[in-house]
Amino acid sequence: MFRPSTQGGIKDSRSYTVFRVINAVLIVAICFITLYPFLNVVAQAFSSEAYINSGQVNLIPMGFNVTTFGYVMSDPLFWRNYGNTVVYTVVATAIAMVLTTSFAYALSKRHLKGRAFFIGIAVFTMFFNGGLIPNYILINTLGFKNTIWAIVIPNAISIFNLLVMKAFFENFPEDLEEAAAIDGLTTYGILLRIVLPLSKAVIATMVLFYAVSFWNSWFTAFLYLDQSELYPVTVYLRNLLAAATGGESLGAGMGSGESAQVAANVKAVTMLLTVLPIVCLYPFIQKYFVSGVMLGSVKQ
Amino acid sequence: MELREEAEDQQRKTDRGRRSRPPRQRRTWRKALKRDWRLYSLLVLPIIFLLIFRYVPMAGNVIAFRRFRPGGSMFGDEWVGLRYVELFINDPTFWRAFWNTVILGGLTLAIVFPLPIILALMFNELRSRRFKRIAQSISYLPHFMSIVIVAGMVLQLTALRGSINQGIQFFGGEAIPFMQLPEWFRSIYVSSEIWQTVGWGTILYLAALTTIDPQLYEAARIDGANRWRQIWHVTLPGIRPTMIVLLILNIGTFMAVGFEKVLLLYNPLLYPTADVISTYLYRVGIISSNFSYATAIGLFEALIGLTLILSANAISRRAVGTSLW
Repeated sequence: MFRPSTQGGIKDSRSYTVFRVINAVLIVAICFITLYPFLNVVAQAFSSEAYINSGQVNLIPMGFNVTTFGYVMSDPLFWRNYGNTVVYTVVATAIAMVLTTSFAYALSKRHLKGRAFFIGIAVFTMFFNGGLIPNYILINTLGFKNTIWAIVIPNAISIFNLLVMKAFFENFPEDLEEAAAIDGLTTYGILLRIVLPLSKAVIATMVLFYAVSFWNSWFTAFLYLDQSELYPVTVYLRNLLAAATGGESLGAGMGSGESAQVAANVKAVTMLLTVLPIVCLYPFIQKYFVSGVMLGSVKQ
Repeated sequence: MELREEAEDQQRKTDRGRRSRPPRQRRTWRKALKRDWRLYSLLVLPIIFLLIFRYVPMAGNVIAFRRFRPGGSMFGDEWVGLRYVELFINDPTFWRAFWNTVILGGLTLAIVFPLPIILALMFNELRSRRFKRIAQSISYLPHFMSIVIVAGMVLQLTALRGSINQGIQFFGGEAIPFMQLPEWFRSIYVSSEIWQTVGWGTILYLAALTTIDPQLYEAARIDGANRWRQIWHVTLPGIRPTMIVLLILNIGTFMAVGFEKVLLLYNPLLYPTADVISTYLYRVGIISSNFSYATAIGLFEALIGLTLILSANAISRRAVGTSLW
């Protein structure tokens, strides 16, 4: 791995070799720092409160216990909110995919009159938007407050995803579509029977992009839902964190160390359960994301 | 039928290109709709979506200049001119938030923007493909986490008994209550931003690196360039367009510093350094229900962002010939 390079008779291959060793060590260190917070959460999730309380838990669980998992999972609200996250993610992704796919397909047709205008009004929203308050008033006016619609509709089209899909459809072999048209298929038929079945890769990528972002989102739910049984699990977790920090900053004279520590332990378990689906899927989804981002950048 | 028209269309295009015949009359909307109505029908729902959920809120900004009454029109009831603008210009809390935004945005731009370039170059020097792949996969991981999880980790690491304080105490220092001291907030924010975004930021640079012609390196070596000079004269110019595009985008989001992250991390003790425009307008607008006032602040912020991205784009197009549009 660290053989000196012999190409082209470089004079300072020795110092370059030293550089490469240092480089590799630095990258290992960067990877460790990146993983550390995750490992710390895992360690805390399996530790007993007393050890976290005395500040001894870093990478290795101390006073191993799994009772906290039972405690968190016995909270019906946690499961309710976890289920909400699943429902919101599935419904929102479905709506987003229908809108994004049809929009991207139509925009990918270069002969479409007004195409530049339609692309323009979509792209402009990337650089300028209505802002928090007008959006909030709009959602209230529409009566979406405390309904699933506030979560699944307002973020249905991501312009970035739209541009990636459009780029993909533009590269779709035209001959195939023309042949289908000769065989009597309409635009709808071509899209549903020819283009989509051959676009599984990009569709899978877009589903992942949307699903991960909806799974992770919390702010729309925090803003538009006031009933705890409607929350997604991210808001459940946020409320735990807020309670814990409140306890820490206010609790100096309140002797609430005990409850704050329970929170620390419960917090770690809840975090672990919330990220679990993503961490499990990560090895599979990662390469799709990377290729999707690169596809999106080709246009630039 | 459709196909023939398409062929004619193609013919017309090439004709125009060659200028051998005067271009025929442009296709009218009526003809386009008749021919492509199925494609236009696919546009209907997305366009309605954009109009309602993107353009109506833009128009809703008008309440920055009109008095809004809950239950009244979402575009406000009566004109009040620049009243709300004057209000925030004379508001010291707004100016504190403004400068916090500028400082946090500036730090993020100055520190977080160059790091993915450096990391991509470091990855690029690795010979072992396996090691490179694993290291990259690890570096992307934080990008996939919910901001709530990231905030949770930050709070956990910076807690009085957290890992950072354990480290400080191990070396004989005093534990620091990070989340109660405003002077620490900027470092914590920027560090967490680095942790979360740098690995993901390398993707585009690594993609750009693969497009550099290997012959350029060959030529540089023949000219006697060592590895450093190759990086300086071949690699960096090769990824320059990517760097500029990403810089413009970063400048455009300069004012929109991580609203959600700040909202999750801060507490009243940290307001002196952590309160940014967007969190301030959240408190004014959503918590205190001063909708018009908060909208005026939001509009101001959005206009700064738009101006920044337009000017960065224009400057870049003039100066280096690379631009977003």
